[in-house]
Amino acid sequence: MLAWCDPLSFFLTKGSLLRIALRHGVAYCALLLAALSCQSAFAIDTAMAERTQACTACHGPQGRAGPDGYYPRLAGKPAGYLYNQLRNFKDGRRHYTLMEGLLAPLSDDYLREMAEYFASLAPPYPRPLPSTASPTELARGRTLVVNGDTTLNLPACVQCHGQALTGVVPATPGLLGLSRDYLNAQLGGWQTGQRHAKAPDCMADIARKLSPQDANAVALWLTAQPVPDPAHAAADRPPRTPGQLPLPLCGSAP
Amino acid sequence: MHKPRQIRLPGKPLTRWIVALTLLVALTVTAVVGWLVWAPTPPSGTADVTLPTSGQPATQDLLQRGAYLARLGNCAQCHTAPGGAPYAGGRGIATPFGTVYGGNLTPDLETGLGRWSADDFWRALHRGQSPKGRALIPVFPYTSFTHLAREDSDALYAHLQSLPAVSHAPPAQGLTWPYGTPWALKVWQAVNFTPAPVVQKAPTMAMSVERGRYLVQGLGHCNECHGGRNIWGAPVAKQQLGGAVMPGLPWYAPPLQRTDSVHQAVLDGWSDDDLASFLTQGRNDLAVASGPMADVVHHSTQYLQAQDAQSVARYLLSLQTPSPNPTAPHASKLPPPSAAKTAGAHIYETQCAQCHGKQGEGKADAFPALAGNRAVTTDNTNNLILMVLYGGYGPSTATVPRPHGMPPFLLTLTNAEIAAVISHVRTTWGNRAAPIFEFDVHTIRNLHSPA
Repeated sequence: MLAWCDPLSFFLTKGSLLRIALRHGVAYCALLLAALSCQSAFAIDTAMAERTQACTACHGPQGRAGPDGYYPRLAGKPAGYLYNQLRNFKDGRRHYTLMEGLLAPLSDDYLREMAEYFASLAPPYPRPLPSTASPTELARGRTLVVNGDTTLNLPACVQCHGQALTGVVPATPGLLGLSRDYLNAQLGGWQTGQRHAKAPDCMADIARKLSPQDANAVALWLTAQPVPDPAHAAADRPPRTPGQLPLPLCGSAP
Repeated sequence: MHKPRQIRLPGKPLTRWIVALTLLVALTVTAVVGWLVWAPTPPSGTADVTLPTSGQPATQDLLQRGAYLARLGNCAQCHTAPGGAPYAGGRGIATPFGTVYGGNLTPDLETGLGRWSADDFWRALHRGQSPKGRALIPVFPYTSFTHLAREDSDALYAHLQSLPAVSHAPPAQGLTWPYGTPWALKVWQAVNFTPAPVVQKAPTMAMSVERGRYLVQGLGHCNECHGGRNIWGAPVAKQQLGGAVMPGLPWYAPPLQRTDSVHQAVLDGWSDDDLASFLTQGRNDLAVASGPMADVVHHSTQYLQAQDAQSVARYLLSLQTPSPNPTAPHASKLPPPSAAKTAGAHIYETQCAQCHGKQGEGKADAFPALAGNRAVTTDNTNNLILMVLYGGYGPSTATVPRPHGMPPFLLTLTNAEIAAVISHVRTTWGNRAAPIFEFDVHTIRNLHSPA
């Protein structure tokens, strides 16, 4: 059993260390504990990585999909959000053929575990691709994301998705590190009702207020931002600043 | 007085005969169909006069048995809409004749079975008829459930009536005209369906081949996927459990018994324990449940009690006859071109070997071996192609709650590459099956359009 953790088995084969350890019972116990915790941490990590290869084939190693593709990154998104999405795909509320087929025979407990696994990861993220957007588009995108638009009754993205846009626990996703195609597809999905959430469906209400130009500007600005390292979700929503609209009511991310 | 005017058929004598005969045939068909549709049906409860006409009292024991039987019949999978309330109906089942939606089985008065009696329920299972005598659409597998014993029908009924009533009307049936019309269904039943002899008591739950047969033929309705069908979409007795491509899907439900020399039975050489583990855990050392069978294990067979799992295994294994040529599975007549073989080996090395091993040896309790794997060498390659295209997880079960999964290669490998790598695994490490071709992959990729 101890041989699972290489460094310890190495030391234990050295008679001198073993003798010292035996002489100093406390030190030995500490070593043993370290070995056991090392073994279990190692075992859990590789076991889940191995079990989720069907996910990482598209979502990238450790759930870190590249910004140049379509598939969204999973690493560091809040576990509640990831779990909700897995359930949505499995139960036919969100549609993507490959996801629906893969998840069909899996238990909710297992989906929860997968969600927590990807939420716990924080791999470093590549720099965003050079933006092709015009300065006007980027400025409009930034305004909508950071300040919202009171005339259109649009709250700012950061009000719910976190000041750093890395998401908020338990169930609001981060918006950075996603490809432009993915963001556009999701905003379009919310607008048409293809993607929806529990009522009151705040995201659908907001997406429907976005003109095609505004939706595009938001996606362009978001894809041009680097992902902070580490990119874990914030514990709370940022406090409301003067001038910001009140937060909408959301059914799936209370 | 004059003679009544004779009706004169036009044309020459021969033509007249043909017209007359055609009219006669048409009249006969109309009469038969009319009789089928309008003939008085026995009122419910007297349909099978040898049986007690009322359900058993709903004791706790009966309810528990009913809940167990509902699991074995996998009722919930077709009678629950994705994400919907359990048993409230609404899941669409695609067939070559149109899409059919599972009904609401909860005791709701308007949209469910709230007004049904135990006799009505029995009649639906045993005779495929609604309480008013209408022929039910045979996507509801009464062709199998007709074998159910009355006591099990009553237990199921008691369980379903104990569920919370959910008001939910499933979508209207989407069968193409004329398949969904009452007269067409009556004709279908007259041609294709005879209710089984009435059985009052189910075989006791001791381990026995008889109990296994009862579960496989009746509630398990295994033959609905694993059996051949005729052009009416009806099960063919001669092809019972003989393997079939599933209606509306390219998934191939492999033969559970050898019915001809073409189909290879997959269970040759399996032990009772192998098969029982496959059903209750979703995998054994030889196979992993995949595709629709993974769903069946997840929703249904994992709940088989140990004795019943053994009974099912014994029955299915009792059907096995030695393969006429067990050591030489369908040897390749067309060796793949050498360029494709090299390409296949290269793809295997880079995409597959990490999990399935350099020699196709797999990894115990995680990734199935491909060397000597019957799912790899079987003649029908639909499932193999589907697995490579769409990937898939084994089922979560109580024993294997966290199964491993296969990634989809739909987006990363071309049809030619998939054909090359599949041909490689079918012809290497002692596997001696025929290679496949790009066109085979192309066909499956274009056919498979999950709803």
